[in-house]
Amino acid sequence: MARSIENSAAQLAIAPDEVRTTAELARLYLSPDEVERTASELSRILEYAATLKRVDVTGVEPTVHAVPQDSPLRDDVVGPHDDLATALRGAPLSQDRYFVVPAIFETGDEG
Amino acid sequence: MSTVDPKVTSGLGWARLSELVSAVQSRQTSAVEVTQAYLDRIAADDARLGCFLRVAHHADDGPAVSALAQAASVDAAIAAGQGDSLPLAGVPVGLKDVLCTRGLATTAGSQILAGWVPPYDATVVSRLRSAGAIVVGKLNMDEFAMGSSNENSAFFPCRNPWDVTRVPGGSSGGAAAAVAADLVPLAMGSDTGGSIRQPAALCGVVGLKPTYGRVSRYGVVAFASSLDQIGPLARSVEDVARALQVIGGHDPHDATSVSSPQPDYLSACADRPGPAGSSLRGLRIGLPREYFVAGNPDAAGASGLDPQVAAAVQQALDELRRHGAELVDVSLPHTEYAIAAYYFIATAEASSNLARYDGVRYGLRKSVSKGEAQAAGRSALFDMYCRTRAAYFGPEVKRRILLGTYVLRSGYYDAYYRRASQVRTLIRRDFDQAFSRCDLICTPTSPVLAFRSGERSDPLAMYLADIYTISCNLAGLPGLSLPCGFATPLDGNMPLPIGLQLLGPTLSEALLLRVGAAYQRMTDWHTRRCPLAMGKAAQ
Repeated sequence: MARSIENSAAQLAIAPDEVRTTAELARLYLSPDEVERTASELSRILEYAATLKRVDVTGVEPTVHAVPQDSPLRDDVVGPHDDLATALRGAPLSQDRYFVVPAIFETGDEG
Repeated sequence: MSTVDPKVTSGLGWARLSELVSAVQSRQTSAVEVTQAYLDRIAADDARLGCFLRVAHHADDGPAVSALAQAASVDAAIAAGQGDSLPLAGVPVGLKDVLCTRGLATTAGSQILAGWVPPYDATVVSRLRSAGAIVVGKLNMDEFAMGSSNENSAFFPCRNPWDVTRVPGGSSGGAAAAVAADLVPLAMGSDTGGSIRQPAALCGVVGLKPTYGRVSRYGVVAFASSLDQIGPLARSVEDVARALQVIGGHDPHDATSVSSPQPDYLSACADRPGPAGSSLRGLRIGLPREYFVAGNPDAAGASGLDPQVAAAVQQALDELRRHGAELVDVSLPHTEYAIAAYYFIATAEASSNLARYDGVRYGLRKSVSKGEAQAAGRSALFDMYCRTRAAYFGPEVKRRILLGTYVLRSGYYDAYYRRASQVRTLIRRDFDQAFSRCDLICTPTSPVLAFRSGERSDPLAMYLADIYTISCNLAGLPGLSLPCGFATPLDGNMPLPIGLQLLGPTLSEALLLRVGAAYQRMTDWHTRRCPLAMGKAAQ
């Protein structure tokens, strides 16, 4: 099964290994089925989007903002903000004044 | 008004917002009565449609949440003589669940935010409340606004009130369907690649995507920050104008907010007959030849422009010309690259925006399996991130996060994201050149009629149907969709609405609204009601 996936993947623009690396960067676990399906779907999308390569973009500045404008500055004064309890209320886990997360340096410990 | 329109007092009417507002302001009816009538309608009909993810009728949650409590405070303000300062007095409004509402759960259609209650109102929401509008609930949508059919809602699909076997469009499907079925007279949607205009077209209502920056994005759950824009959906252009006047304008909480003041959109809609009754004399309407190519878009077996849609749009153009408008051919030569550029830019921005859903500060968390994380050599924190996101994001959201992450990866950035952003510049220039030859551009909104639920499963085919709406977001322009006809699809027997799209230069909302309102004086498509809204729906 795994071999047939890898064989068919030879035709794809994105190989399953690339999908796994990308998923890790995106902090997403994918099942083996999802890896296979994603490789095929993203490959089709990328093949379609390869049309962009036909465009001559020499010397064209990229648009990062639809309506170009200077970054506005605000007055440097302290304004009102939500209190701590409000900010913490939506957290899955909190304690005292903090968000609680699992251990960062140890493996597998909820912390 | 000397007599009360019974349709207004019942809250079931198809009266214009202006009539509803003046009836409430003059205390011929009350905001509470109007709100109760619409809550009753929602209770009676929404089970069949699935427009609302949450209705704001929990009086126990306080006045910020209870629609009737909000309405009572509007009535009190009117009794105190403040009615004239409430341009939306007593108007029940539904909000796409992408807008944060203080005290009222906001999910963006995603499991990952199930049960999350925002601590503040989006600017659009606080402006609506200040204008006397009543927030009656949160509307269904594709998860994180990613979709064109509302089938990507994590909770339940929304149905098209013209034919409940069909999709309402998306991603603001709940907003369009709720207005079409008269569950609310006004709704707010968001539009990143057509998500207001396309469902407005498929449900036979009016939808406006304002110029990027015209409406504040503060408190909007972000999808693609350089493309997202909030806008109103209603049955008439005039109603949409009234709503834009309230929600638009500069907001210091949004650094991309446009600072120039808003013109008077309502007076732009007013009837001003020109010489010889030709109210559109002198108006040049551009027809992009690339948009009317038969079969376009059809790169991968997707359906192209439906001949019935083309015919209705042609009829609308004839009508506009009869009233004095001049039709001119224009070219948008980079149209064929717009969808590809859009999907790289939008997914890249989404992959970054959605990184915040990590199970730490809000939303759900999938608990860590200590043994498995150790076995994989991962930290418990990394493991928690990956599990949470895998468990609570839906398939389309994962697909787009992965595509966006991929195109931003080192080594691919120049080939994909940067190139797409350069093509975006060329698309903007296309519009600049076109608008040197015309005042606005007219196109179909969607190449197809509302399709059957479950009929389209191929993501790429779904993306390609956004051909007419996407360029507008890339260029930051305003776009208005309004009903221009009906057609019975080959695979059905219920007539379905067709949408006409008007695109204008930056900050040309007043012009789009003027022309749209003029068109609605020439035609009566927008007054047609779906069977459900007329109370004649088959059980």
